[in-house]
Formats: sequence, structure tokens, C-alpha cells
Amino acid sequence: MTTPLILCNLTAHYGATKVLDDLSLDVGAGELVSLLGASGCGKTTTLRLVAGFLQPTAGTIHLGETDLTRLQAHKRNIGLVFQNYALFPHLTVRDNVAFGLKQRGLAGAERTRKAGEMLDRVGLSALAERLPGALSGGQRQRVALARALVIEPPLLMFDEPLSNLDARLRVEMRVEIRELQRANRTTAIFVTHDQEEAFSISDRVAIMEAGRIRQFDRPETLYSRPANAFVARFVGFENLIPLTVTARDAGRISAEGEGGIDMTLSEEDLGPIPDQFILATRPDGLRVSNGDHGIPARLGLRTYVGRAYHYQAETPAGHLIASGTLGQPRDGGETVCLVAEPEQCCILDHEGAS
Amino acid sequence: MTDRLHPALIAFAVLVYFFLMGPLVIVIGAALSDTGYLTFPPQGLTLHWFERIFEMSAFRRTMVTSFQVATVSTCCALLIGIPTAYALNRYRVQLPGWLSTLFVLPVLIPEIVLGFSLLRSIQVGVGLPVVSTLIIGHTLLVLPYAVRVISASLASFDFSIEEAAVSLGSPPIKTFFTIVLPNVRAGVIAAFILAFITSINDVSISLFLTGPGISTLPIQILAHVEQFFDPVIASVSVLLMVLTVIVMAVVERTLGLTFLAK
Repeated sequence: MTTPLILCNLTAHYGATKVLDDLSLDVGAGELVSLLGASGCGKTTTLRLVAGFLQPTAGTIHLGETDLTRLQAHKRNIGLVFQNYALFPHLTVRDNVAFGLKQRGLAGAERTRKAGEMLDRVGLSALAERLPGALSGGQRQRVALARALVIEPPLLMFDEPLSNLDARLRVEMRVEIRELQRANRTTAIFVTHDQEEAFSISDRVAIMEAGRIRQFDRPETLYSRPANAFVARFVGFENLIPLTVTARDAGRISAEGEGGIDMTLSEEDLGPIPDQFILATRPDGLRVSNGDHGIPARLGLRTYVGRAYHYQAETPAGHLIASGTLGQPRDGGETVCLVAEPEQCCILDHEGAS
Repeated sequence: MTDRLHPALIAFAVLVYFFLMGPLVIVIGAALSDTGYLTFPPQGLTLHWFERIFEMSAFRRTMVTSFQVATVSTCCALLIGIPTAYALNRYRVQLPGWLSTLFVLPVLIPEIVLGFSLLRSIQVGVGLPVVSTLIIGHTLLVLPYAVRVISASLASFDFSIEEAAVSLGSPPIKTFFTIVLPNVRAGVIAAFILAFITSINDVSISLFLTGPGISTLPIQILAHVEQFFDPVIASVSVLLMVLTVIVMAVVERTLGLTFLAK
């Protein structure tokens, strides 16, 4: 039971405010896709549109062959897991899990058996007769998961399901979610604002901003090859340095920037480099050096980050964050050159700057 | 820090209880007095005055009317109040802020004014029978209480629970009865009791809406006091208290009174 989900040109308004702007997204059968972004980026809105709690002002939603766009929420057959668990407080754990089966007209004995099996799978058989109020956060989330899985939906959706759990449990639960989703080959949407969570659990991640998807790709690609400055900053490329190519020599690129910046880069490491581009680096991709080639910089505050020191640096390209080895701590006020480490850098088109 | 209470606090608490319970003790005492007039402490003990209530047909009749009006208007208020409170809370973000205030307005209007306008508009104007007018008046009177109390209960209800039920295949109307209502039961019971007691004890609105031959118990008490000064009044009051307690007890037994613990 693997069904693809296709969102086509979805637009949604909240009153007069446009919260989703012509969003299209293809989720492959059995794939887990995360919607990642800050609050207000439209990720939860997207999920609520698919669930049927909101109506789009334009666009269509298809789950396999079925057009969900105008279908009532209770007929959509989607398993939902909520941030605050949303368990039925007046029903026992078993009845919570059996609720969806009851709506599908399963007989009492069959319901109890199926709910029992599912509780077994999430390791909660012993608590079947308890009320949700008597469970811990992690246990509640397992019940919520069991309740969504037991109806064997073609699509599972998670709305920040782990954000109310403590850090250790969060990692444990996301592995559990991933394993259950994989075992059933269920198509899934996972909404989160936590980058690590999204990257670790997903086949693909859609990074959203202001009601649009800025990039939709595999986590590895997003992490190493962001398509634009927004995504670059989002995944930690904090330094954006505009440069212009001055000479090309068999993949060796010489480039210049404002205020005497001059760098040598290799297309072998960074991929094709256009004439006008932005070099994006993580702090670890900009190393403090004693040479006179690179970005002239005046060091400011030094912070210790475990594997290295980070330096606030004033340069002709603005305020940048560079790193230096632990063996050679430097003082504020030193004048140095910053050089790029290709494995922590990427190239952005000038157009992708915003 | 010690767990011992300050003596002044204890004294204050005792005074509060005395203040609250004192009148009740006096009324109960006076109802049992063997004298022909209201007095406290009671002189001699008798249940004679309770018998007298039932010998007087006016009290019997008005008691029945009071209960009928209270029951029907409370049920009406709940039938209107539950969906209203639900809508006000479910769509709080979308609805304008003044809308919930609108349902509290009848409390802010002096009851005398409400009673008088009801008299002019529906009793005289439309010509409805007395009991119907009373029921309409009392429904209006207790509706704000119903809406407020149920709203308070719904305010702590997480509507994503409702969405969870819908996503699992439960149609919206069914979800309301199987998921929402059981979780605000305490509020509904509290609203029922509060509305019922408010209606049973109302004087101001009933004063205008009762008519020849049909009256409510408090109005009859008022009429009686104007003419007599015997302990019947005290015993009627005691009876009213006992009946109120019985209503609460019955509701508690049948529906479960968990709201006092919440």
C-alpha cells in the first residue's frame, strides 16, 4: 500500500493573508518527506490542507488516484500525529487506538485484537487499560502513533510530533517513527522546525519560507549544495561572500571581491563556477591563515566550540565568522587572511542571493 | 516555615463560616419554632409549619410551576448554550471579540428592566400564555450562566482532539457527541445546576411575568410575607434549600459530579 501524494499549485489564505503561495510538492510512494522551516512559513498550513481542516483557495491535492481537494476530512483516511498528542482523555489507551477501527465498522473482538497487536508493536500492551492522563509524554506519543498506524492509512502525517519530548527521547522516538514508517512502506509527511530531526529522518526535505518551498531535495544535497542564500544560511553557511571571476585556468579559478579580496578556487571541488557568484562557507570553511592571499580580516571575539576556535572577523565583505586551530589561539585585533576550505563551501548563483 | 496556621487566620475562617452559615441556622431554627410568629432562637420544636405549606394550595401550585419553569428553561438554555459556547470557543480566532460579550449582556441589564420589557413585548404584545412567557424569560435569564460555565470548560479543551477524531474517520457531528461532549460533561452539569438554581430563586423577572392564578414559589413567598408573619415562610425557605440540595444530589448521582474537584 504505497501511494504517492501530489500537491499542485496550492494557494491558501488566512483571512486576507496569503499563507501558502502556489506550492507544489510530489511525495513519492513510501517516501518520508519533511517540511522544514521557521514558524509561520506555511508548513503546518500545508499539512492542515492535506488533512482537510483547511480549504485551499487554489490548487489540487491528489493521493494516488484520489482527488482529496474537496473531500471531507473524515473521509480522507490519513493517519495524523499531533504535537500535543491529542489523545481522547476520556478513553483508555486501548479505546484510543481502537477508535479509528470503530469508525471503520470493525466488530468489537476484531478491534480489540488489532488494537492489542498495535500496542504490542509500540511496546505499550501493559498500559492498555490506563487513561492517557496517567502516561508520560513518550508513552502518549507512542499511543498517538499506534492510533494513527492501526487504521493502515496510505498517508501518515506528523505535526511536530517530538517537540514536547526531552532531547534523548526525541532521538529515540524519531528512530522508532522511521522504522515503523519504513516497515509499512507508508508515504509520510513530517512537519518540523528542527533541522537535525528533518535531515536524520527524511528521504527528502522541503525547506519552506513565507508560504513557498525554497528547496526540495535529499538532506545530503541540501546540506552540501544549497540552491540559494536562504537555504545556505538555514543549513549553516553563515558567510556569504560575493566574488567575480578574473581568470580561469583548467578548472583553477581566480576570483576577486571588494577591498582586495582575492581567492583561488577549484571547480573540481566546488562544481562549475559562474563569472559572478557568491561563495558561501560555514565558519569551519573559512580558516584563519598567516598568508597574504584570501580575505584580509581583523579578528574580534574568540569563542571556543570544542573542535576549534571561532572568530568574529571584520572584512571588506562584511562581518564573517572564521575558525582557527586550537593549537594557535589568536587575540582580538590581529590582522590575518581568511582562506576557504572547499569541503565546507558552496557556490551560489548571483541571482540566488536572496 | 511551619505548617501551623496563624490563630488570626483560624479566627477569620470561623467568622466567614459563621457569616455564611448563620442566616441558614436562623431560618432553619425559625421554621421549627412552636410560635405563631417568626422568632429565633426557636421556642419549642414542631414540624407543624411544614405541614401548613402543603395545606395551602397556593404554595403547592407555585412549587410545581417553579419546578416546571426551572426545568424547561434550564434545558432550553443548555440546548442553546452548548452549541453557542462551542462555536465561541472553536472559532475564537475567526469571530469578533464582542460576540462572546453579547451572550453576557442579559446579566448586565437589570433584571427588573428585562422583566418589564418581556412583559410589554411578549406577554402583552404577542399575548403568549403566562407559563410560556415565564419559560422564555427564565431561559433568557439563565442562558448567560450556561454559556459562561460551558465556555470555561471548553476553554481548556484542546480542539486538536476533535481533529484527531475526524482524521480517524469520525464525522464532525458524531465527533461532537462522542468526543467533545464527554470531555466538557463537568461544565454542562455545573451549568445545569447553576441555571436551575438561578431560575428557581428568581424574583425580579417572575414578578412581571406571573399572572392571575399562575405564580412561582418565590413570588408566592413574597405575597405571603406581605400579609402574614408566621414561620411558614421560614419553612418554605428551608424546603426550597432542601429541594436545591436534592437536585444537586440527583444530578451528582446520575451524571457524576466531578466538577467540584476540578
